[in-house]
Amino acid sequence: MDLRFTPDEIAFRDEVRAFMRSALPAAIRDKMIEGRRLAKDDLVTWQRILNAKGWAVPHWPKEWGGTGWSPVQLYLYRDEMQQAPAPEPLQFGVNMVGPVIATFGNGAQKQRFLPRIANLDDWWCQGFSEPGAGSDLASLKTSARCVDGYYIVSGQKTWTTFAQYADWIFCLVRTDPAAKKQEGISFLLIEMKTPGITVRPIQTIDGGHEVNEVFFDDVKVPAENLVGEENKGWNYAKFLLGNERSGIARVGISKARIRRLKQLAALEQAGGKPLIEDERFGAKIAAVEVELKALEMTQLRVVAAERASNGNKPDPASSILKIKGSEIQQIISELLLEVVGPYALPDQVPHEGDERWNEPAIGPDWAGSLAPQYFNMRKTSIYGGSNEIQKNIIAKAILGL
Amino acid sequence: MDFALNDEQRLLGESVERLLADNYTFNARKRYGQEPEGWSRAMWRHYAELGLLGMPFDEKYGGSAGGPVETMIVMEAFGRALALEPYLAAVVLAGGLVRLGGSEALRADLLPKIASGDLILAFAHAERQSRYNLADVATTARRDGSGYVIDGTKSLVLHGDSAARFLVSARLSGGQRDQAGIGLFLVDAKSPGVSVRGYATVDGMRAAELSLSGARTDAAIGTPGATYPLIERVADRAIAALCAEAVGAMAAMHELTVDYMKTRKQFGVPIGGFQVLQHRAADMLIALEQARSMAMLATMMAADDDARERRQAMSAAKVQIGRSGRFIGQQAIQIHGGIGMTMEHSVGHYFKRVTTIDTMFGDADYHLGLLAETGGLVAA
Repeated sequence: MDLRFTPDEIAFRDEVRAFMRSALPAAIRDKMIEGRRLAKDDLVTWQRILNAKGWAVPHWPKEWGGTGWSPVQLYLYRDEMQQAPAPEPLQFGVNMVGPVIATFGNGAQKQRFLPRIANLDDWWCQGFSEPGAGSDLASLKTSARCVDGYYIVSGQKTWTTFAQYADWIFCLVRTDPAAKKQEGISFLLIEMKTPGITVRPIQTIDGGHEVNEVFFDDVKVPAENLVGEENKGWNYAKFLLGNERSGIARVGISKARIRRLKQLAALEQAGGKPLIEDERFGAKIAAVEVELKALEMTQLRVVAAERASNGNKPDPASSILKIKGSEIQQIISELLLEVVGPYALPDQVPHEGDERWNEPAIGPDWAGSLAPQYFNMRKTSIYGGSNEIQKNIIAKAILGL
Repeated sequence: MDFALNDEQRLLGESVERLLADNYTFNARKRYGQEPEGWSRAMWRHYAELGLLGMPFDEKYGGSAGGPVETMIVMEAFGRALALEPYLAAVVLAGGLVRLGGSEALRADLLPKIASGDLILAFAHAERQSRYNLADVATTARRDGSGYVIDGTKSLVLHGDSAARFLVSARLSGGQRDQAGIGLFLVDAKSPGVSVRGYATVDGMRAAELSLSGARTDAAIGTPGATYPLIERVADRAIAALCAEAVGAMAAMHELTVDYMKTRKQFGVPIGGFQVLQHRAADMLIALEQARSMAMLATMMAADDDARERRQAMSAAKVQIGRSGRFIGQQAIQIHGGIGMTMEHSVGHYFKRVTTIDTMFGDADYHLGLLAETGGLVAA
């Protein structure tokens, strides 16, 4: 047992850190630190910088842009990127549909889609959840009938993040209504500009617009856009969700947020002294730091086990990372809200991104984004398989209950 | 970055576990607890034969120069078995003080006797008023000719009623909570002016109140007046060891609980089928894994020379262990229901052990305070 990284790993970490420091545009970094929303262009710009460096899709197969890094290197890369703090490459492409196409897609699909995913030439969104299929995803109803070399898709998807920006959507659709619910599902790639698709925004409690409803009204999708085999889509979805969870601890992001929290708590005055010197507030910060340290160690144990097993089989322990990681992000967002006190109140979101609005901020510069962020972070224990679903997985897969 | 054990460490773990599986059933433990000293001399001899009692010491003192990882392995197994013997007191604490701070002559005299199992040495440090502050020492030491005279009382001396000799901390100079001015002295239990009042602790282990009234000694560990850093170093080793022991106890409680959920039937079905209990068991597993991660951190940092980093890691580990232990223990009792409340079932005994571990060398709140005072783990 040894906590230290090897000299090679440390050299690698330093290289990644130096790159993040020099290559991340200051405007994007500032938005990340302040917790302001990123524009589509910010994400595209950054991912293309990463891709030019060859680092947008390090975990992919080498022939499609993968770097062949070890699990430890991948961990260090993600951790440094999160701590920079830099946005991560668009996960719907890079971590979700990309690995599915690379693993289950045919040659033509790989050729056509993978390079454009890596460079964010195509913006992908995820069409899994439906109004009647949330945690019980397999009860989804959106149908696809195969007619003359096309699938005719009808139904509705929801909670579709960034559908408003998307060029493509990967969907789970029901191709065999007679089969048992997991067995009649297929994995289909659909271009967003196809006639019959309507995107309707959903405004969330933070005032933002991240998610949407997507309606399909007899949408004609070429049959060549089916991934793998018909009615095997549930397997590909399970593979995808396993990948999604492995990066979900978000330790680096939480470290960066704690750093921000401490900086702001040093600026805010409470009872004539900086809030950071308040014993009760200090103990709250220390408590979340302990949780985060434990999570970091747990994640390193998972990474080390992954290295030892050499496999990319998702570890059920990733459910622990998801639960703890989301809880910690939420606690930090609570503390950030508490830091600004009454200046959490003014609702400044409507002006964000409004070019005509050039009034000074109400209250301290840093206050405006903190309440919306707190509200927004409630999503982390819901998405990616809610924390309750994760506990079901732990009970079944680890505890044998 | 590596969390795996090497072959020798795996072997060590297997042999300790085998010894305990054969000799430390829950019923055997009950018998050992009723022996005169409240623990088993026979098991102590087994540990000596297996090389556990000298493990941290150099080979020339009858040891095998094991490090914190070896201690972790042994303590985790002791935690699972709820072992009653004075391993922490004699080997980790007193042995650690002699090993890291004693003169060559003292090491050569004492360490082989600890390793062979012939000497139980105990560390007498805490006092009624000191709570968890390691620097709070009111007991005094006064120079007298070639030796020292010690006056004061020491509390909760772990296994103090079995000890033939004590390592007593006492103040030569400075204010009651100053780090400077503390010395460590070797005092014979039979010396005039020494009285020992032994008692059982709530977890079934033993401790003693020690009173020293003009007790004389010629032997000091380290430089009298400058032993605080040594005390801190050894306390940190003890914290790492206790974290490992607690993980063993928590893992055992979690396994007992999950097994119980699979076999206990109510309403005609195993209670493990109820989602509310499944989620509780999942929460317990999360608490256990987080604790295990921090016990590993404590182990890997226990010998670190950077006192600030080391202390912070120990504090963080102690917070996590305290909180996880309390949660897992309480839930284990709850899920067992009435049977968990009885002395006949082992789960309550594990619960009591993790409860006492939280109060040793600083509880979760105390260490949270220390962490906050020292700026926390993430640099601003």
